[in-house]
Amino acid sequence: MIWFVAKRLLAAVPTLVAVLTVVFIIVRIVPGDPALVILGDQATAEATEALRARLGTDRPMLVQYWSFVTNALTGDFGSSLVTGRPIIEEVGAVLPHTIDLTLASMVLGVVVGVPVGIWAALRRNGAVDIAARLLSLLGLSFPVFVSGIYLLLLFGLHWRLFPVIGNADLSDFGDRLHKVVLPAVALGLTMAAYITRVTRSAMLHSLGEDYIRTARAKGVPWRRVVWVHGLRNASLPVVTVVGLYVGILIGNSVLTEIVFNRPGLGKIIVGALNQRDYTMLQGLMVIYCFLIVVVNLVTDLLYGVMDPRVKQA
Amino acid sequence: MSAVVEAPPSPRVPARRKVLAKARSNPTTLAGAIICLLILAAAILAPWIAPHDPAEQDIMSRLAPPGGAYPLGTDQFGRDILSRLLWGARISLTVSLGAIALACVIGGAIGMVSGYIGGRFDLFVMQVMDVLLSFPSLILGLIVVALLGPDLANLVVAIALTAIAPFARIARAPTLALKERAFVEAGRALGFSHLRIVFRHILPNILPEVMVMASLWMATAVRVEASLSFIGLGVKPPTPTWGGMTRDGFENILDSPWLAVFPGLAILLLVLGLNLVGDGLRDATDPKLRNE
Repeated sequence: MIWFVAKRLLAAVPTLVAVLTVVFIIVRIVPGDPALVILGDQATAEATEALRARLGTDRPMLVQYWSFVTNALTGDFGSSLVTGRPIIEEVGAVLPHTIDLTLASMVLGVVVGVPVGIWAALRRNGAVDIAARLLSLLGLSFPVFVSGIYLLLLFGLHWRLFPVIGNADLSDFGDRLHKVVLPAVALGLTMAAYITRVTRSAMLHSLGEDYIRTARAKGVPWRRVVWVHGLRNASLPVVTVVGLYVGILIGNSVLTEIVFNRPGLGKIIVGALNQRDYTMLQGLMVIYCFLIVVVNLVTDLLYGVMDPRVKQA
Repeated sequence: MSAVVEAPPSPRVPARRKVLAKARSNPTTLAGAIICLLILAAAILAPWIAPHDPAEQDIMSRLAPPGGAYPLGTDQFGRDILSRLLWGARISLTVSLGAIALACVIGGAIGMVSGYIGGRFDLFVMQVMDVLLSFPSLILGLIVVALLGPDLANLVVAIALTAIAPFARIARAPTLALKERAFVEAGRALGFSHLRIVFRHILPNILPEVMVMASLWMATAVRVEASLSFIGLGVKPPTPTWGGMTRDGFENILDSPWLAVFPGLAILLLVLGLNLVGDGLRDATDPKLRNE
């Protein structure tokens, strides 16, 4: 197991470097001198020169690239142009809110999606199956800000069951939970829909296999056949899509945070956009990608835990 | 490769017809197609069917509730919501069609060429695509639009960029298999250029898969465009966009909730329609499901 973990960890390093390279290229490929873009046409030559030095854009490309990659790999993503504080600090302060939201909607997606997917697979082409398929397609079609606004209108403003502003006190668990419900439902809706579909098709595949017939033939109770023999074998594709979907989830959390006025990465990113805080944007892009690489790593490791065959491969 | 005579790569037109017929016989796919066509018609006919000019401000009836001269109400400048929705359909459809067409052509070409050349080149290209895939598409689109500046062309480029990698993958996989087939080998023996083989002999065979993918990604493109407009990175006002209208409505949500409800519903309907069509097409072309 340790070998397996170590191997996967090592394999993530080239991916990280590649991600950093792409971020570097994307930011540099944009026409125009960032210093001029930030300061505008009216800026004096000295001011532009000073900003270039601060941004490091006056140095040769390769030097910039090298320091960018090495700094990022050691956790230094630079400082915000606007506040001057290190990006990692700014992000760290609000990260718990974003993680709360993402985790809660993931849990929701799994708790709703897996059972419904299994149910639909067991009633193939029956009413439940058709309803699950249509509803999940509807869920997939909701842009998160639309579902967020609708939930806010109904449960926040009309019935007043949940708060409309999500600025939770981090030290108070009940408060955190209460304020995360509505945003998590908005964000988790798509996730639940997605998981329902994948679970359904993975279960259909798994239930058609020989080991299911064997289990039934030797008299294993049907419930156990479904939940143990069927689900265990169907779980790999489900874990895969959950892992893949986390990227979308993290992206969509930006919109959720805007709608529910929650602190988090989304608010930082919008603030950075409005203030043209380029170093912040670059840093955030890297942090987002790091998060996703980490999630992929965890998914990979989960494979090893769930399916012993993966570890040997 | 053996010299066994292979069946020609199947007469394509009848197969395509069968797929379409199968998709059409599915009521949900049909419903999706009708939704999409209605919205397309609304977008094309907007100048003629919109009851008001989308930019016309009626200061006397600001934030009017639905009904009367303004079937869906008016916004904070007294502009007619229905007319703005009809015109807004144009932006949604233009941006998403443009972005997917671009992603389809670039991604498809990358995938085919990479798969056809193979070897280290292929490995490298796919590695780059994997990295591109590891960016959350909304974040990537957001940053690219922010850097390039929000206008129609840049939105198309940004959204296309987020969809290139999946298209490259979907085009590459069948290319790998096809290039070993006898008809490709025969083309090579006849001295056809690589370009001709790729575009005349491989492309037609992978087209159905790429088109299904395109229909599914259209839905995503619409959603990303709406999301970017909602954040404020869409086509600039006063041009009506559904995402931008939702945003305006959201700012007045306490006293005029319909402002956010209707544009949100429009986005939802279009995405749902596209998803229904894409889903139906995929079911109809998926060989695993075909014989059921």
